[in-house]
Amino acid sequence: MNLNTSILKYIEDVKSGAFTVEEFTAATLQRIKEVDDDVHAYLSLNDSAMDDAKKIDQKISSGEKIGQCYGFPISIKDNICITGTKTTCASKILENFIAPYTSTVVNYLQNADAVITGKTNLDEFAMGLTTEFSAYGPTKNPWNLDYVPGGSSGGSAASVAANECLASLGSDTGGSVRNPASFCSVVGLKPTYGLISRYGLISYANSIEQIGPMTKTVKDSAFLLNIIAGQDVNDDTTIDNHNVNYLENIENGIEGKKIGIIKEMTAEGLSSEVSAATKDAIHDFESLGASCEEVTLPTIPYTVAAYYTITSTEAGSNLARYDNIRYGYEMESEGYEYNSYISKSRKKFGPEVTRRIILGGFVPSAGHAGKYFLKALKVKSKLISEINSAFEKFDYLIAPTSPVQPFRFGEKIDDPVTLMLLDYNTVTANLTGKPAISVPYRIHNGLPIGMQIMSNSLQEKSLFQAAYALETKTTLPEVPL
Amino acid sequence: MTKIGLEIHCQLTKLESKLFCPCKANYREFEPNHNICPVCMGLPGSLPRLNQKAVESATSIALALNCQTPEKIAFFRKNYFYPDLPKNFQITQLNVYGDMSVGGEGYVEVEGKKIKIRRIQLEEDPGRLIYEGASDRTKITLVDYNRAGTPLVEIVTDPDFESPRQVRIFLNILSDLLENLGVAEPGLEGAMRADGNVSIEGGNKVEIKNIGSFHDLEKALHFELTRQQSLSERDIDIVMETRHWDDRRKITVSSRSKEEDQDYRYFLENDIPWVKIEQSTRDVLKENMPESISSKKERYVQKFGIAPQVAEIIASDRYYSQLFENSYSEQNAKDIANLITTDVIGFIDTKEKQQTSKITSKHLSDLIDAINAKTITRNSAKVALQEIVNSGKDTKLILQEMDLGQVSDSSEIDAIISQIFEDEKQAVIDAKERPETVNFLVGKVMQKTKGKADPAKTLELIKSKLSQ
Repeated sequence: MNLNTSILKYIEDVKSGAFTVEEFTAATLQRIKEVDDDVHAYLSLNDSAMDDAKKIDQKISSGEKIGQCYGFPISIKDNICITGTKTTCASKILENFIAPYTSTVVNYLQNADAVITGKTNLDEFAMGLTTEFSAYGPTKNPWNLDYVPGGSSGGSAASVAANECLASLGSDTGGSVRNPASFCSVVGLKPTYGLISRYGLISYANSIEQIGPMTKTVKDSAFLLNIIAGQDVNDDTTIDNHNVNYLENIENGIEGKKIGIIKEMTAEGLSSEVSAATKDAIHDFESLGASCEEVTLPTIPYTVAAYYTITSTEAGSNLARYDNIRYGYEMESEGYEYNSYISKSRKKFGPEVTRRIILGGFVPSAGHAGKYFLKALKVKSKLISEINSAFEKFDYLIAPTSPVQPFRFGEKIDDPVTLMLLDYNTVTANLTGKPAISVPYRIHNGLPIGMQIMSNSLQEKSLFQAAYALETKTTLPEVPL
Repeated sequence: MTKIGLEIHCQLTKLESKLFCPCKANYREFEPNHNICPVCMGLPGSLPRLNQKAVESATSIALALNCQTPEKIAFFRKNYFYPDLPKNFQITQLNVYGDMSVGGEGYVEVEGKKIKIRRIQLEEDPGRLIYEGASDRTKITLVDYNRAGTPLVEIVTDPDFESPRQVRIFLNILSDLLENLGVAEPGLEGAMRADGNVSIEGGNKVEIKNIGSFHDLEKALHFELTRQQSLSERDIDIVMETRHWDDRRKITVSSRSKEEDQDYRYFLENDIPWVKIEQSTRDVLKENMPESISSKKERYVQKFGIAPQVAEIIASDRYYSQLFENSYSEQNAKDIANLITTDVIGFIDTKEKQQTSKITSKHLSDLIDAINAKTITRNSAKVALQEIVNSGKDTKLILQEMDLGQVSDSSEIDAIISQIFEDEKQAVIDAKERPETVNFLVGKVMQKTKGKADPAKTLELIKSKLSQ
């Protein structure tokens, strides 16, 4: 059975009886058994996946009403809650946290008859770009196990790339869907802020993060977005998308569209391979009938600093609740008073999370907010007005998703600032709330390169058209695993 | 000069649910930790969902306190670690970058003086800490999160009060007003709390916290004023600090915690988008608002010619004004008002007494009718009132049972006067020499008749007997 298939092809095959949901699920679980000791994409597996699959088969054979997912296997990043299962955020501090409720996105998927395979690895609390900051060990890049898969949704990206599921849900605060999508050669979407409910997503920097689909194809991404997008009573920040069908007219092409090449993201700092790929992608867009032109957004050089200032501030507040009083891990409380207890219990946070919590205590504090936090907010609003005027002229803004290709484990982990700069091309979409998608573009030296396309808010339908058009220009090898 | 300011917290207990989740706003009937959900427990992945009704209630409070109300409001996070805070931050409001809380710049009139309201904000109440079996060696703190997330309105005044007495009057007015609006039940235990700040002679401000009731607040303010005055007399500096009210010892104690130095790292709560409060919403709230105390007072004075002091007392107390509103007629309004302020108040001057009192509006109108028809005397009315408050029986029945009918029959009074003239020979001599002492004899008659004798007739009869 070919596990390297798209969701749409899978649904066709199940409908035509080429295989059953149970057969495909069993093969997927077998694949996980074979490769995940090496890849380590999963932190936990869904014990009832086979039962779920059988129930969907019964529905199909009895002619009962069936959800549009037809039991395709999907993995979920382990910072998204599902009732009764552990949600660890790849942190020791949530080692035993079992959510008493299910996130809205997973509810949608389950109602549409998707089969959840398990929960995937991430950098602790989604803070990182390599999954090396997972408290449970890193995920490996399926294209080359010596290389990082990107992050923070590295487990999700790797699980899709290694055919351990057909799709995954990740979360993107500064590039956490798009960066690993680029590093693992899968499609990753960060939608408009508010398009997908965050209810059940464990907050890191709630003002800018979104859940996003990670898939093998652009069409699958649109298919998944159809299922999980929309206003939710459990999340006041969600917006009405008027039930747009993102698959509709996806093959319309981009003839006559205007594309802005973001100068600040392409002029310097790129590896020569990524730079060359970018030039080729521009030619591809032109050959598809679009016109490309360089555009400058002068605030971009300040965005990484602003991004880390804002996210640390919010993280410091969002992670304050982990005091190990109402839930958490076993710790003898005898002999501690409140302050000493929580400072001891919070020592379970890993180094990157600790770094950001400390930063988050400093940058918004009374004596320093003016110099840091409030300035970061100014950068954010200036960037928003710059990008809005860019979208008056352009339909899309493009740049490579990451300035570099995947690198070896340990290469950058000891240099936090270099690591932070890897976010350079992705944080703009988060700070401005705009949608952005990473599309697999090339495999060079056996390692992937992804291209990023951004569009104006709520223009996902148009964004998919451009992404699909670019996808048709590429032919990529199969993962060597 | 004494300056006192207040920070009042009032739960919006009349709301169905908490500020950000569907748990009950009225948490009191639940077993500990049985009125909770992932949202008010701050579980990972949960998000607050704003109770729009709470915004309306808070806005109507702001309007009733003559505040400016903004077109849109935002929420902020106040970050600090405390065991009663499930998220270790409190969702509240802030008035920093322009108007962002539900109200500001209002006032309440107290005895003709405007007490300025600095700001009103909507926020979540934390959980409740219970110190059980605590000794110096074993300190155990239990946490009950049932209260966590209850909608709370914070009202901050300028330091405009000149005495603890003024504070008490203000708090009575305020709690009546909140009850009148139908948004709160200030009588419920812990539903309305207040902290105070005190300074004298333009000196340093001292904040007083941890005050259990309004009654204690007045005591705490008195104590703090006395403390500051005695320091000042001895030329000792008054330190700017936060002091806690020690309920057991009835004193304020310097709080050793560094609360005042705490940096709350306020920033916008982005999980709750800005809330627009349409002009039309505000108009509807204003329209449905019960009559204000000042306009009620105005109406009493203008329409019925009631004395302003009397009108103020009745208008500013919900209980008295309801008694009045339900019993008056065009003819007797003034008499009823006077009866309430001279006699009724003496029997039911506290909230507790008001709750147990059995007096109704009908009692009042019946009594006034009886006085005006000269069936009973003013004095008898007072005696009857006590019984009415206690038993709630029909007025006529009480008058009969207690034999309070007025004695206006001359021969009957005459007989009593003769008896008294016999008993009080010296007083009779005095009264003849100094007519102003005649009241002693009148008093004796009243005593003998238990106040039932018609005072005017009695005086007339005594005078004529003295001149015989």
